[in-house]
Amino acid sequence: MAKEVDGCVKPAAGPLVAEPTPAKETPFKEVQMTVARTGKEAPDFEATAYVAGEGFKNIKLSDYRGKWIVLCFYPGDFTFV
Amino acid sequence: MAAVAAKYPEFQALGVEVLSVSTDSRQVHKIWQEEELSKMVEGGVPFPMLSDGGGRIGTVYGVYDEAAGVDIRGRFLIDPDFVIRATEVLTAEVGRNPDELIRQVKAFQHVVATGEVTPSGWQPGQKTLTPGPDLVGKVWQEWKP
Repeated sequence: MAKEVDGCVKPAAGPLVAEPTPAKETPFKEVQMTVARTGKEAPDFEATAYVAGEGFKNIKLSDYRGKWIVLCFYPGDFTFV
Repeated sequence: MAAVAAKYPEFQALGVEVLSVSTDSRQVHKIWQEEELSKMVEGGVPFPMLSDGGGRIGTVYGVYDEAAGVDIRGRFLIDPDFVIRATEVLTAEVGRNPDELIRQVKAFQHVVATGEVTPSGWQPGQKTLTPGPDLVGKVWQEWKP
């Protein structure tokens, strides 16, 4: 296997869309939220990642635009299910 | 995630890219892959394992549990036009069923390719329906559960 890339990766940007505003800061205003909704466009983001055989890199969801994508969140590494 | 990894060849055959996300750091992902996943599934997790420290991405996707500080088990199927076609969110205790996800991928790919619609529980090769005025009130003639 090729040597994996060492990862002095830059911090990733996180969501590349408007994030939900904490409610306490805007108690009387309608809060603008970008929340994923089925049937609507997926909110883009950038995250740091580990890719087996490659190493550490930053990945944007939109890097995969044009393909079918399965995005799976899970509660944590080394958990039981 | 090991269960999804075990089905990865099927996802690949369908042209699906898989990305996993948790609040763990990329360094922890690496050690989990090397110490455990690679022993559960041959080759371990072959897809990118993304890190959502702080849960900002999970918040935007509606799956971040602030009290626990983790992203719960949310799964999103996104089509090539970047539209979310299917969503399933479970609390931590129950694992996913990758076979149902694969069935949904096949159904959505069929729908996009043909303009037909797929009845409940549809599997490739089974009856589909072509929506239109003529079908109104006549579905019973075409399909039964």
